[in-house]
Amino acid sequence: MPMRPMTRVLLGLVCLAVALWLVAPTLVVVPMSFNENKSLAFPPKGFSGQWYANFVSNPEWSMSFFNSLKVASLVAVAATVIGTLAAFGLDRMRGAASGWLRLVLLTPMVVPGVVLAIGIYAVYLDTQLVGTLLGFVLAHTMLAIPFVLIAVSASLEMFDKRLELAAASLGAGRWATFRTVTLPLILPGVLSGLLFAFATSFDEIIVSLFITNPYLKTLPVQIFTSITRDADPTVAAVGTILLVATTVLIGGGLLLLGRERRT
Amino acid sequence: MAGQGGAGRGAAIDISAVSKLYGDFAALTDVSLAIRPGEFMTLLGPSGSGKTTTLNVIAGFTEISGGSLEVGGRSVVGVPAHKRNIGVVFQHYALFPHMTVSRNVAYPLGLRRVARPEREARVARALDMVKMSDFAHRYPSELSGGQQQRVALARALVFDPPLLLMDEPLGALDKKLREWLQLEIKRIHRELGTTFVYVTHDQEEALVLSDRIAVFNRGRIEQVGTGRQLYDEPETLFVARFIGDSTILRGPARTDGSSTALSIAGETVVADKRLDGAVTPVMLLRPEKLSLRRPGAAPDASGLNRLRGTIAEAIYLGSGSKYEVRLGDGSIALVRSALGDEGFAIGEAVDLTFAGSDAKLLADDSSADVMLT
Repeated sequence: MPMRPMTRVLLGLVCLAVALWLVAPTLVVVPMSFNENKSLAFPPKGFSGQWYANFVSNPEWSMSFFNSLKVASLVAVAATVIGTLAAFGLDRMRGAASGWLRLVLLTPMVVPGVVLAIGIYAVYLDTQLVGTLLGFVLAHTMLAIPFVLIAVSASLEMFDKRLELAAASLGAGRWATFRTVTLPLILPGVLSGLLFAFATSFDEIIVSLFITNPYLKTLPVQIFTSITRDADPTVAAVGTILLVATTVLIGGGLLLLGRERRT
Repeated sequence: MAGQGGAGRGAAIDISAVSKLYGDFAALTDVSLAIRPGEFMTLLGPSGSGKTTTLNVIAGFTEISGGSLEVGGRSVVGVPAHKRNIGVVFQHYALFPHMTVSRNVAYPLGLRRVARPEREARVARALDMVKMSDFAHRYPSELSGGQQQRVALARALVFDPPLLLMDEPLGALDKKLREWLQLEIKRIHRELGTTFVYVTHDQEEALVLSDRIAVFNRGRIEQVGTGRQLYDEPETLFVARFIGDSTILRGPARTDGSSTALSIAGETVVADKRLDGAVTPVMLLRPEKLSLRRPGAAPDASGLNRLRGTIAEAIYLGSGSKYEVRLGDGSIALVRSALGDEGFAIGEAVDLTFAGSDAKLLADDSSADVMLT
């Protein structure tokens, strides 16, 4: 049914408003990072790259950046291995148990972050994991596993299991079959899981705020403490850098998933 | 007939009293089958009859619940599929989509650590055998179904297995391609002398390809024999109906010495045989054993059985005609007449005649009627 011109214009306006609403916060951050004055006023005045320079030279900022990088890399590897194995096991399981197990594995995605954070914090106090690399990696891995599970399960769903029978008939044992047939064909799912896991850890703030201490801060924690202390536009510069980096990462992940769908 | 050219290359298979249970459901019951080295054996039956389960059991994809299974004189019970050295061709090709044709075919050789120069030579030979040499660097997605299946055949044969299993390999292809590939498979079987076990539900395909055919029904083997034996001497009603066209006459029976009389809508026909035991006999007639006459025509039909009917359908086939004749009890008889016979029109009253020696007597079996879909 053809739309009346008036309806068409209205629809366009509503869509535009929603789109603006979604990207506005992001669009505010980018100009602010080039502010000349040490304030978070919007619109910014003048143009300067000093806050980017501060991010690189100030050890508080660069340390937290490298901490985040370290934690996220370890989390990406750990969550990808565990999540892939879990997806595999659930895929091969028969009966209702696999559905329930999958639900359990996905709970970190559903449970409110602050609830998880309180629980983790309580346990970490007893086990002295607060402010440790191991503590961060364990907590973030738990949060990242569901993303890997979902991505790998999706590609296993599309994987033709008869190929494994074919490989067996040609002389390939279980490990050889996995290495030469199954893994190469679900690799796009595994890689996108890896990217999501990395991103999940890299910008995680709620749990991190609870388990951080002055000796180990991740970048989001540093941003949060900095902005509550003073109006430092370095925050905006970091935000802009993160925006570019995550856009590239997640965009890459989605591209990988999309390519898999087509083949 | 079996094993010409490459005699001694094929493995014998001995399936003995094999059963397979899935919970309460018996997929196979007491299946026994001896396949000779180099033989082309077809497992024929409707879907769910156990033919594919039998193939999966031989391949090692399915463990058996009871019985014994030997390939090449060695028990393979408990041996995993990848250690059985048996080639398998699947209905849906199962080529590895991330490998080119030549890498697909080289795959089993790589696993067997065949050195590169020999590997390349054998891949080339295998692709040449299935006439796919020109496509070595293509990916499976760039090939048609028939081409993919030829590559799958090359991959399953490149490591010289003594036994090749094929699970409805031509099922997804159109009729013309199927007929051509049937001949190709027959040629390759003749050249290699490998034992072939072929699963199909298509009786025509089974007749074209096989040295012998095992007919499956409800998890059991009904009969094993050459196509001619199954057609001429079916042991069960199921086999008779599955192989070729047939007319089944049912009616109150009376056994008298060595002959059996059946009464059909008031008329009596006699077969000069008898069945032993407490079974209900039915009469089986192949279409070419029946002939049609106009009622009251030349009485040279003395000694022949005679039934009245009307032509329900007449099909001209070029090489002859095919008629469906409705008999007095409402059942349909299939008649094939040779070239040069006088034609009959639909609705015409006819006399159906046959010799008592051409009628087969079989035990009635209601399960034989359900499956013909």
